[in-house]
This record gives sequence, structure tokens and C-alpha cells, in this order.
Amino acid sequence: MSQRQDLILQLVKKVSKKSETPSPDESLFESGYLDSFALPDLVAELEEQFSVKIPDSDLSPRKFDSIERIEAYLDGQG
Amino acid sequence: MSFLQNVGHWLPQRVVSNEEIGALLGCAADWILGVSGIEERRYADAEESTVSMGVAAAQSCLQSAGLNADAIGYLICSSGTAARRFPGPAVSIAHSLGCAQIPAIDLPVASAGALVALDLAKDLAPRYGRVLVVATEKMSEVALTEPMERGTSMLFGDGAGACVVSREAGSLEIVDSLVASDGQFADDLALPFASPLNMNGRSVILHASRKIPRAVEDLLSRNGLTPSDVSAYVMHQANLNLITKVATSLNVPIERFFTNIARYGNTSSASLLIAASEWMRTSPPASGQYAVFTVFGAGFQWGSMLLRAV
Repeated sequence: MSQRQDLILQLVKKVSKKSETPSPDESLFESGYLDSFALPDLVAELEEQFSVKIPDSDLSPRKFDSIERIEAYLDGQG
Repeated sequence: MSFLQNVGHWLPQRVVSNEEIGALLGCAADWILGVSGIEERRYADAEESTVSMGVAAAQSCLQSAGLNADAIGYLICSSGTAARRFPGPAVSIAHSLGCAQIPAIDLPVASAGALVALDLAKDLAPRYGRVLVVATEKMSEVALTEPMERGTSMLFGDGAGACVVSREAGSLEIVDSLVASDGQFADDLALPFASPLNMNGRSVILHASRKIPRAVEDLLSRNGLTPSDVSAYVMHQANLNLITKVATSLNVPIERFFTNIARYGNTSSASLLIAASEWMRTSPPASGQYAVFTVFGAGFQWGSMLLRAV
């Protein structure tokens, strides 16, 4: 797991209040780490921790469905 | 300058408990309560329509305001559950009330519709005198359309609200309003013809939980106010967890948010005016106090309105 993935994982654990570790490609929704009301908290945490502003046009839940997808999205933000 | 002169509402008699709808959907009553804050909702019977409910709410509003139908110069009806493509409920409601040949238009905006209508009424009232805004929804027909989905079908209830917006002084001055839309996500909450409701709940909550606080803060900021300056918030009764999330985002005590979703569920566009009606009757603001109405729904469309008690 990369350093960036590890930070994403910590944020997922923070908003999900779960101590288990999902695999990088595991669906965070299907495995119960995220629900509709935890997702906005995760997005806010990502913005703060990675110093990015996620525009409304990028607010598609699929972009945040796994640690790998989140990392790919953040990589695309530079 | 325009004023909210009076608000009224009407609800069907039939109460549908979480136990009853849960048995139909194969889910527990406690699960429904936990994910939505809803304890029960009202369903209209087969004879009750968006028109009849809208008329009943409008009559309640007009009677408590001491107004006759001929005092109304314009009617706007918000409904996402009209019984036919056209004409919409507005003309039938106007006719049933006895409003003679006034302009009567429909806004099929769904959940945000009442506030969009209020925003229009604010600007129409100086020209037409009194604008009657009606929001009426028979969401049970949507909720019970097969194939039912438990996370969606358990949410909805039926009802109607109405208010008069006037150029004459009323109980609440409409200070300012802000409405917006973003069609990029139109398919995430949509009711196609002859199909069940399509709702991407994750997308809806994600956008609503960010856009509603922003719409409130932007509206207040341009009026030199902060969220803590507002004594009461009346929000579209979509989900109690969403209302709580918005209150947290605004750093406002949840007690300032009027809620009745536990008793009526999500009545789409009707919910804002039903809630406003109950709020005005049970805890009217003192002179000079500010209130904010705020909504979010299909489109996406959203907005906020700032009001000040006279």
C-alpha cells in the first residue's frame, strides 16, 4: 500500500468508525465502510488532508468507491 | 417588497406506520426509523388527488387568512406527481377555489418546487397583488410502484401545503432568496413516465449535504448575516439524518430546525409548506427574528429563502 493509499485508508477508518482494513480495490459501499451519510464526511476529509478543492462536477460516488479509485482521482488532481 | 401572508396545509387521514410499510418492503420498522427518522407517513385514498389535496390546503390557508378566492391574482402549483401530462393541477385548483380566470401555472420541480415557486411569487406579488402558492404531492403512488425498493419506498408520504405571498404586509417579510440548478445529475433523481422512481441516494445525499449549507451561507452572507443569526430553519423534510447533517455543517443547534418528518415522511415539494405551516402555528417567530427556508431535490435544484418576522 502506498503512502497516499495509507492516508486515504486512515480517513476511511475515521469516517466509517471501523478498525478493519479494506483491500485497496474493495468497494467501500458494498463492504459497509461507507454509506450515504459517511461519504460527504470522507470527501470533506480528503479536501482538507490533501489540500484539494473537489468541485461539484466531480461529486460522483463511484469516484470514491474504493481506496484505489480515490487515489486515482487525487492523482488526477495533480 | 413581498410578504408571506399566511400558510396552510392538508394531510390525508390514513396513517401508514413503519410496521405496515416495512412488512410490504421486507424491512424492519426500526431500520426505517434509523436511516430516515420517519415513524409514520400519510397516504391519500383513491379518490384523493393532487388537485383535491391542493384545494384543501389552499382553502385552509385562505380561511385562516380571512381571504376570499377573488383576492388571489396568480396561482403557482408545485407538483411532481400530477395525474396527467397536461394541463397540470394549477388550473383545476384555481377553478375549484373559484379564482376567476387568473394566471395559473405548474412547476413540476419535485422536492425543491415550493421554494422555487416562492421565489417566483416574491417577484410576481408586486404586479399581481396576492400570489397563491400550492405544493401538492401524492407520493404514495410513486412509493408503491413495482418494483419497490425499500430504501426509497419507505420514505414517502402524501400531503399538500399552501401559502399566500402578498405585496401587502404579512407576518414574514421575504428579504432575499437564492435558487440554483445543476442538470449534470438529472438522472440521479428522476421519475420517468410509466417507470419507478430512480434515486441514487448516495449522490443525492452527497450533493445535498454540500449544496444546502452553501446556499444558506451564501444567502446569509450577502445580507450581512451568519447562520447563528437565524432563529429558525425550515428545510425540505427529506431525511432527518440529512437535516442533522446540514445543522452540523452550519454549526447551528438542531433545535433551530423545525422538523415533522417523523409524522409525515418525505412529501416532496409539499413538505416545505406543511412544515412552514406547522412551524408558524406552533412556534411563530418574534418580530425582527430571521428564518430561513431551504430545499434540495431532483434536477438537482436547490435554494434558500431569508425571511424576517414583521
